[in-house]
Amino acid sequence: MHLSRIYAIFIRQWFLMKSNPSRLASIFMWTFLMILQWGLISKYVGTFGGSTFNYVTVTLGAIILWEFTNRLQIGVMLSFLEDIWSMNLINFFASPLTIAEYVGGLVITSVVTGLAAFLVMVLFSGFGFGYNVFVIGLLLVPFMLILFVFGVAMGIFVAGIIFRLGPSAEWLGWPIPMILSIFSGVFYPVATMPSALQVIAHVLPTSYVFESIRLLLATGSFSFQIGFNLIVGGLLALVYLAATYAFFVKIYRHNLRTGSIARFSAESV
Amino acid sequence: MPGETILKITDLTKEYQTLKAVDRISFSVEPGEIIGLLGPNGAGKTTTINMILGILEPTGGTIEIFGKNAWQHRAEVNTNVNFAAVYAHLPPNLTVWQNLYVFGLLYAVKDLKSRIVTLMKEFDLEKFSGTKAGLLSSGEMSRLNLAKAIINEPRLLLLDEPTASLDPSISQMIRERIKAYVTRTKTAILWTSHNMREIEDVCDRVLFLSHGKILLSGDPKTMHRDHGKKDLEELFIAVAREPLSLKAEV
Repeated sequence: MHLSRIYAIFIRQWFLMKSNPSRLASIFMWTFLMILQWGLISKYVGTFGGSTFNYVTVTLGAIILWEFTNRLQIGVMLSFLEDIWSMNLINFFASPLTIAEYVGGLVITSVVTGLAAFLVMVLFSGFGFGYNVFVIGLLLVPFMLILFVFGVAMGIFVAGIIFRLGPSAEWLGWPIPMILSIFSGVFYPVATMPSALQVIAHVLPTSYVFESIRLLLATGSFSFQIGFNLIVGGLLALVYLAATYAFFVKIYRHNLRTGSIARFSAESV
Repeated sequence: MPGETILKITDLTKEYQTLKAVDRISFSVEPGEIIGLLGPNGAGKTTTINMILGILEPTGGTIEIFGKNAWQHRAEVNTNVNFAAVYAHLPPNLTVWQNLYVFGLLYAVKDLKSRIVTLMKEFDLEKFSGTKAGLLSSGEMSRLNLAKAIINEPRLLLLDEPTASLDPSISQMIRERIKAYVTRTKTAILWTSHNMREIEDVCDRVLFLSHGKILLSGDPKTMHRDHGKKDLEELFIAVAREPLSLKAEV
């Protein structure tokens, strides 16, 4: 691992963001709109629940953390797509850059954009709707770590699919957050789902995080169940990260054999 | 190590299902040598270059660079290798300076900022420092490609049609700069081109590829006579059209 090469991948993305405001807008605009829309919905629905149920607390917290996960996945995917759109893979992979350093650079880029989006969401939900995500307390740290690892894993997975199937497979990456949100119990408890779908929820680390957040907000204290959820969710997230990285490396090796890296451009695969 | 063979290729082969793109070729390149890799389209030149660069896995044979197996020590070996190719575009949405900075980091160039200043001066790119690469003319882009290709002062430089689509004046200027660079640094170069006058001008030795095999090799200034041809271009056409008859001449 050579830090200057990881930094090269990151700084290339940073130069791109600095040079064109539309790239920054894509990071902040969606997060801003999500908070605005869900903040207003939560405020309205909250008027029906009376004082026993704080809908804003439950929903906005979930939205902020879920959008943080999405930003990480999309951050990895978009950074990879930038190299494909500019047909730059040949230059990178003909250099001393290793696949681990390349993925490392993409992950660091997505962490920076993900944290920037998180900050915007925290500020806007605070000033706009009086919501404080830190009400979750110190447990916010392990929750975010699990979501971070899983979001990165999903980004690497989508990048791997695009690497294998070509740039047109980009469309497969965009609906993944939507699909995962259904099974992750972001907006409702896992128990609400039909039992067949609950099986899927139980193999997603995200479901353990959102179940724990609801439990924490309902009881107001740490419990054995939350601790158990953190361990299972954390282990699952690491398994996904290892598996998706192995998948990406496998696709890279496949492309080395077929020569796709040298010819990688739109519709070439 | 001074004097060591820079590149040694032995029985290199690349097969795609039923097609043999490169068929057991062997050759070596010494320090300061400029080798021309010639042949018609589809002869296996770019496939060979891609295998040397480590972006295409050979089916058989070995590539040794600086005495090390290039595939087992790819990251280490590629620190001292670089390339420029007509089909390998630098990111068009980065400026000239940003491109050189990013690639300088990738090749772990020491004292990078002053190296960039030197290269921009050497390739007349100073006034384009803040210009996005996608806005450069073909000649300016070629100069940037070459600046990137020597940013790490490589001991092995692979140039795949570096002057394609350039006017004769710019082509000549680029050739002169590369020749001067080789004289100064003893860098070994593998050069592909379809411009036979260019090959005669810059190359010490050429290898003619046809259907993935090395058909002929020799001095570009004299070898056409050995095969009864008027010049290198006529020899090239014969290789492209009648490789079997030429093989019989060898």
